[in-house]
Amino acid sequence: MTSALADNLLSPVVLAFLLGVTARLAGSDLRLPKDLYTALSIYLLFAIGLKGGHELQHASVGEIAAPAAITLLLGCLTPLSAFVILRRLGGFSVADSAGIAAHYGSVSAVTFIAAQSFCAQAGSSVEGFMPTLLALLESPGIAVGLYLGTRSQTERAGLADSLREILVGRSMILLLGGLIVGGLTTADGWSAISPFFETGFRGALTLFLLEMGIVTAERISDLKKVGPFLLGFGVFLPLLHGTLAAALGIFAGLSGGGATVLAAMAASASYIAAPPAVRLAIPAANPTYSLTAALAVTFPFNVSIGIPIYHAVAHQVLRLL
Amino acid sequence: MNPLVEVRLVTIVAESVLAASIVAALRELGVSGYTLTEARGQGSRGRRTGEIPGDNVRIEVLVSPATADKILATVSERWFADYAVVAWVTTASVVRGLKFP
Repeated sequence: MTSALADNLLSPVVLAFLLGVTARLAGSDLRLPKDLYTALSIYLLFAIGLKGGHELQHASVGEIAAPAAITLLLGCLTPLSAFVILRRLGGFSVADSAGIAAHYGSVSAVTFIAAQSFCAQAGSSVEGFMPTLLALLESPGIAVGLYLGTRSQTERAGLADSLREILVGRSMILLLGGLIVGGLTTADGWSAISPFFETGFRGALTLFLLEMGIVTAERISDLKKVGPFLLGFGVFLPLLHGTLAAALGIFAGLSGGGATVLAAMAASASYIAAPPAVRLAIPAANPTYSLTAALAVTFPFNVSIGIPIYHAVAHQVLRLL
Repeated sequence: MNPLVEVRLVTIVAESVLAASIVAALRELGVSGYTLTEARGQGSRGRRTGEIPGDNVRIEVLVSPATADKILATVSERWFADYAVVAWVTTASVVRGLKFP
């Protein structure tokens, strides 16, 4: 585990992230152009979808059923546990608790990709259908979070609109669309596009993480505003959800690598799909809380230390069975 | 050139998640056209959430004085409490005054 942790910290992806953080803290003007950042996120999401769809061709329904059920269960459970902890222990308002819960219920696609890269580096194979689970986990968490945050009938009337927007939002279309396109692509078609979508993938991810480091560093000054409880929450909650998901993943028949990726998904907090949805549906929720916890605490924690821990937990549970 | 007519220029600067809702509200008030630009800045609510693409938007519409009042009333009632929004009105002189309801 220690060597896996060291290897992970020295991977180009994590180092690029640290470079972004350092550059920003040193006052550098380094930034990826916004359009490139958007283009990279489109590339990464579509590549995950395409590859997932292509590998789905070899998967059977029976193989996916149990992990899919566990994923949906996690999608409903994680926002609830986040909400209860924030409300009862943290003393946050209903709106703030629900807003943060919606972020933690949904997935960070970049954390998902980082977990897959980690497993590839650690030599753990990962089931090809994991991107399907990513698509499954993306929406329920936001839906539950928004539901908890909107108490009155009139507020709930707007919920359907918010959910529709998530479902037709960029990340869902690219993921689900990619799954379908990849699933229908023949072997010849795949070999024609795979140099672009597979070979370039890690490089694009490294560049993306550089920008993520810059964005994260910009949030660091907000850490003072959110208080110590949320800082602890940003580390404790991923550990709780990640450990739970790693164990459930193994019970559902996933490999050690698959359970690690599922754990990273459950442990992660969304900062692309969730923020605008929460901002519109729960106006009283303070976006500084959720974005700072998700971006400045949970994301760096998962990418550097969390994923190796989930990997160790998953393999520990696998040995016990 | 036709004589100039006085109308109102309403400018709304808001966080970008509101763009679609504001445009929809303007349409409901009978506004026939608008200009939308991406904007960046700092205000009493601090930096905008940069992960939400587009940061701020600046929406400008040319309307009659009566419509300008309605727009300000709607914007203040619906969004001032919870969102980073500012709106102001100036007088503008235009040719073809009838274009602006």
